Amino acid sequence: MPRRSMKVPISDRIFFAINNTFLGLALIVVLYPLIYVVSASFSSTNAVISGRVWLWPVDPSLRGYEAIFENKSIISGYVNSFFYMGVGTTVNIVMTILAGYPLSRRDFKARNIIMMGIAFTMIFNGGLIPTYILVRNLGMVNTRSVMIIPLALSVWNVIITRTFFESTISPELLEAAKINGCSDIRFIFYVVLPLSGAIIAVNVLFYAVFHWNGFFQAFIYLNDKKLYPLQLVLREILILNEIDPIMMTQVDLEEVAARQGLVELLKFSLIIVASVPVLIMYPFVQRYFVKGVMIGAIKG
Amino acid sequence: MSEQIILQDKKETAKIRTKITWRRDFQLNYQLYLLVTLPVIYIFIFRYIPMYGAQIAFRDFVASKGFFRSEWVGLKNFEKFFASPYFVRIIRNTLEISLYTLIAGFPFPIILALSLNCALNRRFKKSVQMITYAPFFISTVVMVGMIMQFLSAKIGFVNRGLELVGITPIHFMGEAGWFSSVYVWSGIWQRAGWNSIIYLAALSTVDPNLHEAAIVDGASRLRRVLHIDIPRILPTIIVILIIQSGQIMNVGFEKVILMQNPLNLSRSEIITTYVYKVGLVSSIPNYSYGAAIGLFNSIINLLLILSVNKLSKMITNQSLW
Repeated sequence: MPRRSMKVPISDRIFFAINNTFLGLALIVVLYPLIYVVSASFSSTNAVISGRVWLWPVDPSLRGYEAIFENKSIISGYVNSFFYMGVGTTVNIVMTILAGYPLSRRDFKARNIIMMGIAFTMIFNGGLIPTYILVRNLGMVNTRSVMIIPLALSVWNVIITRTFFESTISPELLEAAKINGCSDIRFIFYVVLPLSGAIIAVNVLFYAVFHWNGFFQAFIYLNDKKLYPLQLVLREILILNEIDPIMMTQVDLEEVAARQGLVELLKFSLIIVASVPVLIMYPFVQRYFVKGVMIGAIKG
Repeated sequence: MSEQIILQDKKETAKIRTKITWRRDFQLNYQLYLLVTLPVIYIFIFRYIPMYGAQIAFRDFVASKGFFRSEWVGLKNFEKFFASPYFVRIIRNTLEISLYTLIAGFPFPIILALSLNCALNRRFKKSVQMITYAPFFISTVVMVGMIMQFLSAKIGFVNRGLELVGITPIHFMGEAGWFSSVYVWSGIWQRAGWNSIIYLAALSTVDPNLHEAAIVDGASRLRRVLHIDIPRILPTIIVILIIQSGQIMNVGFEKVILMQNPLNLSRSEIITTYVYKVGLVSSIPNYSYGAAIGLFNSIINLLLILSVNKLSKMITNQSLW
C-alpha cells in the first residue's frame, strides 16, 4: 500500500472541524455565565434589574462593589475566612506530613494496620448526629476551633502524600543518611521536606480552597454571627436574601424597591469578591491541582 | 526481567519485615511511631468515636440521662423510619438525583477528554482546559447563588432568553419537578472539565507508535479514537464507574440543602438533609432517630461499595483495593 502524503485527508479534516466546533461550544457554554456575572457586577442597578445585561457591562458603575464595603458582615466574614484558611491549612499540612511520611516507609511495621484503619474511614462513618454529639461534648460548638480541629486531616490527602513519598524518596537515600547517623526526624527536615515542594504545594492548595469554599462545618456548628466565615454570610445574602436590617429601615416604597435592586446588583459583585482569592491564584496553580489529581489517580 | 528482580526484592523485604518483632520495630522506628501518634489520635477521636457513638441509634437518647444510661430500644428507631411516610419519598429523591447525575454526567468528561486529546492547536487546547476546569473552584454557596440569579424569573438571562423565543418564564426554583434537572445540569457545568483530567492523564499514556502505525495503515483520526484511544481509557472508565455506582446513596448535602425551599421540598428532601432536620434543627431534636437514619445510610453505602467492587473484580478483574 502506498504511503499517504502528509496532507490531512478530507475525512480527517471534517473530523477536526467537528471536533473544534465541539470544543468551542464547550468553551462558550462554560465561559458565558462567568462573563455574565463579571459584566453584571460592573453594571448599574437599573441595567441589572431590568435585565439589559447580556454580554458586556451596561451603564458601567461600581455601585455594587461600594455596597459590599459598606456591609460589616461581609468584611467580618472575609476576615474570618482568611483566619480559618490560614490556621486550618497550616495544621493540615503538619498533620498530613506527620501521617504521610511514616506510612510511606516500607520498613515500618505498623504501616499496614494504620493505613487500613485510616482508609476504612473513607468508606464508612458514624454519621452526622454522633459526630455532632462528640463535637458538642468536646465543647467546640460555636468556637473557632471547630473550624480547624475536627478538619485537621483529610484521608485523601494523606494517601496522595504517602504515594508521593514512596515514589520520590528512595530507600537508598534513607540508608545513606542512617549510616551517617541521621535520625528519622532529622531526615524529614533535611532530606524529605526539601524534596517535597511539589506535594506540599498540592496539599496547601487543596486544603486552602477547601477551607475557603467550605460551608458544611460552619453551617452545622456555628450560630454566632461574629464567627461566621464568608460562605455563611454569602448564604444569607445570595440565597436567603437576608441583608443587614439597617438597609431596610426605610418605609418609603420607592426606596425599598431601589434597595432591592441594589441587593440584586450586590449579589453579582459579591460573587466576584468571594471568588477573588481563588481566582487570583487559579492560573498559576492550576497545574499543581492537576498534578494532585494525577497522583491520586495512580492509587485509584 | 528487572521487574522480576524488583518483585523478588519486595518479597524479601516483606520476609525480613515479618521476622522483626513488634518490640524490635518499636526500638528501631520509635521516631516514626512518635510522628504518627498525632494523626492516629485524630483519626481515632474524630472518625472512630462517632462510629462507636452511632449506637445511640439503638437507644432512646435522652440528654438528661446521658449517653450510656439511655435505654436500649433495639431496632425501634429503624422500624419507625421504615414505617414513616418520608421513607419512600426521601429514598426515591436520593436515588433520582444520584442516578440522574450518574447517567447524564458520566459521558461528558470522557467525551471532553477524547476531544481535547484530538485538538491539534495546543494553545486552543490549553485555553479550553483552563476555562472548563475553572468552575470546579467555585464554592457551593456561590454556585447556588449563581443558579438562582441565572434562573430568576425577572432578571435571569435564562428566562429572558426563553422570552425572546416566545416561551413564558419558568419558575425553575419554585417548581419541584425542575429540581433534579437544575441540580444535575449545573453540576455537569461545574465538574465536567475537572473530571476530564483523569481521562486525559490516561490518554497521555497512549504509545505514539500505535498512532503512527495506524496512520501508516491509513486509519482516520476517528478510527484511531475508536480503536486506540477508547480501549486505552476503558479501564479508567470502569474504575470511575465503579466508584460512582458505589456512591449512589451518597448525595452531597451542601448543594441540596442550599437549593431547597418550601416549594421544591417534595422532590428535594434527601437522606442527609432529612437526618440534619430531624436530628439537629427540629424543635424537639431527636438524636436517636436521626442517628438511626444516618447509620442506615452509612451501612447501605458500605454494602454498595463492597458489592460493586466485588462485582468488578469478578467481571473485569479490577478492584479498588
